[in-house]
Amino acid sequence: MAKVRGAVVVDKEGCKGCGVCVEVCPQDVLSLNREVNSRGYHYSYMKNPEACIGCSNCGVVCPDTCLTIYRVKVLESEI
Amino acid sequence: MDIKDIIKPENLVYKKSELLIDTIMHYCPGCSHGVVHKILSEVIDEMGIQEKTIGIAPVGCAVFAYNYIDIDWQEAAHGRAPAVATGVVRLNPDNIVFAYQGDGDLASIGTAEIIHACNRGENIVVIFINNGIYGMTGGQMAPTTLVGQVTSTTPAGRNVDLNGYPMKITELIAQLPGTSYVTRQSVQTAAAVRKCKRSIKKAFQNVIDKKGTSFVEVVSTCNAGWKMTPVGANKWMEENMFPFYPLGDMKDSDKKEVSNN
Amino acid sequence: MGELRLMKGNEVLAEAAIRCGCDGYFGYPITPQSEVMETLMARQPWEETGMVVLQAESEVAAINMIYGAAATGKKVMTSSSSPGISLMSEGISYIAGSELPCLIINVQRGGPGLGTIQPSQADYFQAVKGGGHGDYKLIVLAPSSVQEMNDFVDLAFELAFKYRNPAMILTDGAIGQMMEKVELADFKPRWTNDELIEKCGSWATTGKPAGRKPNIITSLEMDSAKMEANNKRFQEKYRKMEEEEPRYEALMCDDAEYVIVAFGTSSRVCQKAIELARAKGVKVGLLRPITLYPFPKKAIAELSCRIKGFLSVEMSAGQMIEDIKLSVFEGGCIVPVKFFGRLGGIIPSPGEVVKALEENFLKG
Repeated sequence: MAKVRGAVVVDKEGCKGCGVCVEVCPQDVLSLNREVNSRGYHYSYMKNPEACIGCSNCGVVCPDTCLTIYRVKVLESEI
Repeated sequence: MDIKDIIKPENLVYKKSELLIDTIMHYCPGCSHGVVHKILSEVIDEMGIQEKTIGIAPVGCAVFAYNYIDIDWQEAAHGRAPAVATGVVRLNPDNIVFAYQGDGDLASIGTAEIIHACNRGENIVVIFINNGIYGMTGGQMAPTTLVGQVTSTTPAGRNVDLNGYPMKITELIAQLPGTSYVTRQSVQTAAAVRKCKRSIKKAFQNVIDKKGTSFVEVVSTCNAGWKMTPVGANKWMEENMFPFYPLGDMKDSDKKEVSNN
Repeated sequence: MGELRLMKGNEVLAEAAIRCGCDGYFGYPITPQSEVMETLMARQPWEETGMVVLQAESEVAAINMIYGAAATGKKVMTSSSSPGISLMSEGISYIAGSELPCLIINVQRGGPGLGTIQPSQADYFQAVKGGGHGDYKLIVLAPSSVQEMNDFVDLAFELAFKYRNPAMILTDGAIGQMMEKVELADFKPRWTNDELIEKCGSWATTGKPAGRKPNIITSLEMDSAKMEANNKRFQEKYRKMEEEEPRYEALMCDDAEYVIVAFGTSSRVCQKAIELARAKGVKVGLLRPITLYPFPKKAIAELSCRIKGFLSVEMSAGQMIEDIKLSVFEGGCIVPVKFFGRLGGIIPSPGEVVKALEENFLKG
């Protein structure tokens, strides 16, 4: 039995904290950080990385193209 | 499995297009322009037409579009992008030319130019960003502003007795025989972005196939001008803009039936 | 000897464009210059040289089509008459601000407003001082014959590309409608794509090949320091034009005590007027500026040190006279500069000019 695992890499400085990625994530992976980047924005981060399935929805809607998405199929035994 | 084991080149599924210049865009957080720029750069890249493509930037928030996509660009006077695109494509028919315009640019000051370029069937793509407001100048009423919508020049809401009615220019353009593909899309969800990208790709393919004007409206948000959060603006758009500006294809010369949507 | 024909000035503009390898024309009908586009449409140069001709929906659209096409390095032109040039002025400012070469022809009619369809020279200020917003200049050529209508098309393109600057032929309804003998230029081929890339590849938006930076045509610069630098670069270019490009014709100026300054149609009248005056024993010459910008300042300044006065003869209320006065002032030999003009589409007669000369300089 295979399961999909994903990861989102956020370009912290490119993020403007609009929160659209948080809204579209089906797995509630992302959230806006309490901390701000050098431009004062609460940048997006993986609050719940274990739940990411690498669907890329966040990346697709990001107006600043600051999300890079990875996805891998893993066997139950590897989890 | 550790995150580090997932973040490996062989597992990459989504990254910034090579054509998107590595700089931070000037747009406000959550602005739809950024998404449409991204779609354009992906489409141009995937179709392998970077060397042939010439973009025409408008006056408005997207005036600096030329700083973001790695192609040749011209910056047009307010509303004149379709005329500028006409000049380019008439003398360079092998180039792929697109005009990128907002609603103030296209539907107000540039009404004559867009109608006539589409009516001549200029072989160009027009990307029309409709957010119902003048963003760059600080949120004034646009021809597309909804009835009752508050802007800095309609502080009590758009009043039809004073300001007239919101203009559905895309519906007008769909009537013109010079256009081959006229559609209205949005980019607020992943599904909408993917659909919008297919539309924009089709529009570029039509230009390659010399089918005349392809016109893609993107109903968009201007959360700063609307004075909302980015997520709140997306919801407002779905609830208020979509009923008046319904999404979908209005015309597709590839299909026999033309739905009026 | 090239091909000789009897042609209208407006028709010659079209023929000269085709023959000099022009790539495209965009225009909108307006009297008294509609024959330019009509001649092009009848000639169908797209069959012969590949030149594109398109009737735009307005002058505003036409000049922006010129902007788009010129920005790809193509040799393009438009023509209009006074009210139409006013409409184009926004676009011309953008073209100048983006440093694009092109040719704009103004076959002037009387103004202001809708004015009249009769010939006038009242757009002198608009042509030589810029016309639209911002600090810019056009290279302005003023033909005085149908032959020069032919000759200046190629010259205007040459200067426009030399300086990457819009050039204007400033003529009027009289020369546009007049028929004269003209020796047409031989055909020059349009530039090939390779030639265009060689000449304009460093700036023209031809499509970005791998390995070069995007070419971006814009007049916008948000950084004031950079915008000032851009303006200084434009000004340097204009100073170079002022140094290298003034053109004029001097007739009977060597022994002249008085010199009439006139261009275009009014210079033809003045040519007769100086003959009449000389028959009366008045030593008068004619200085005909061919480039209105850059203005032949040095020639005026030099003359001012050996004559008694200038008479500016114009079909306007007196516009070029300001440039004559400035030239005299800068030359340092202050002599009277007087004016005679007719307005509203009226061409002065030689007799009127002689009378004005006498009244201003020879009475009392």
